[in-house]
Amino acid sequence: MSYILAHPERVAALLAAHVAIVASALLLAIAIALPLGIRAARAKNGAPLLLGTLSAIYTIPSLALLAILVQLVGLGTLPIFIALVAYAQFMLVRNVVAGLRSIDPAITDAAAGLGMSARQSLLRVELPLALPVILAGVRVAAVAMIALATLGAYVGAGGLGTLIFTGLALHHTDEIVAGALASAALAIGVDVLLRGVERLVSS
Amino acid sequence: MSGASLRFEAVSARYPGADRDAISGIDLEIAAGEFVTLVGPSGCGKTTLLRTVNRLAPLTGGRILIDGSDSMAIDAVELRRTIGYAIQATGLFAHMSVARNIGVVPSLLRWSKAEIDERVDAMLELVRLDPVRYRDRRPRELSGGEAQRVGVARALAAGPRILLMDEPFGALDAIVRRTLQSELLEIVRTVGSTTLFVTHDVNESLHLADRIVVLHAGSIEQVGTPIEILRNPRTSFVEQLFAPDEAIAELRNEAAHR
Repeated sequence: MSYILAHPERVAALLAAHVAIVASALLLAIAIALPLGIRAARAKNGAPLLLGTLSAIYTIPSLALLAILVQLVGLGTLPIFIALVAYAQFMLVRNVVAGLRSIDPAITDAAAGLGMSARQSLLRVELPLALPVILAGVRVAAVAMIALATLGAYVGAGGLGTLIFTGLALHHTDEIVAGALASAALAIGVDVLLRGVERLVSS
Repeated sequence: MSGASLRFEAVSARYPGADRDAISGIDLEIAAGEFVTLVGPSGCGKTTLLRTVNRLAPLTGGRILIDGSDSMAIDAVELRRTIGYAIQATGLFAHMSVARNIGVVPSLLRWSKAEIDERVDAMLELVRLDPVRYRDRRPRELSGGEAQRVGVARALAAGPRILLMDEPFGALDAIVRRTLQSELLEIVRTVGSTTLFVTHDVNESLHLADRIVVLHAGSIEQVGTPIEILRNPRTSFVEQLFAPDEAIAELRNEAAHR
């Protein structure tokens, strides 16, 4: 706490960098996961290959994945950015599929019978009805990504992990605690915020 | 607005992957404005026959003429916007208000907002729900009977010339069902749509129909007015289907003699 009070500007800058990388990775991850999830939900066999692959990626230890990515794309923001997008896929796609699959077939039958095209049914009926479940996936992914992004400092991406890693290197317990507290607070704050959004859309 | 005539010529339908036709060799002529019920046990093909009209079920043989023109001649999505559709589970969209549910087809047809608002209120009046009280409600705030009224209003909102109903009152208790049946007859008479109504409840079919189509194992067993069917059941299947419940008859008899 004392470190944050003593260096508010440094912590704020690192926090901003942390938010920027997580937010941009989350947006790209959603843009990829939505079409993937829609396809998987429509596949008759449940797209086991896609979900299996995504869950396999999800189980790779994050540090190992990061090490591989550094070999491939070098140090900096890029490896952690790719790792965040890849990890989020499983949580996001799984919930898009679950949300769309949970819709009563009578609803999609009515949409088709009233004269909606497949696209209109998806945009006007299915996605809005699946939205609370999809948003729950976004929330879980966002919180996991905030935690994971602290590793970014290890490969030179900056963010709140910087406090933790320099603290560890210099034996500055204050700095470690500051990094841990700030990232935990960010995760909790985002969780509360997104829960609020979920409540708004499902009422 | 008035109803369209319907003509089924040697219609058969088979679902992808099935090893036999769900319906086959259906020949049937329905006059404009007629109220026809499709009756039979589960699996007899009544729902499939209904769904061939708006092409939710694939036509694998024969053709259907709507006012003389082949139903395959226009795009399926376009076709469905001209045909009202109401189902048992109501299929109301939970994330939309009652007004938006009723306005679905008019908005697909790109009516102006003022036209849609006006029609929504008129439809609510038609199904005897106060527009001021019900317009902004969500489906989950409706009773079963109210939800089904909204389902009917939605099916009729764009003035369809044909109305398809698949056991719309199946989930309602007997008293509400009776009321809605009578109201439906009045409504359909007002709007003039040709109506196809699927039910497995023979009493419901007798109460509603100008003519009844009895289906069995994918084929038509008999077509006739309620009186014709009761007086001259053509097969033993029809006779049994429309036979009065013996247990109830006996009980009545017993009660009358006590």
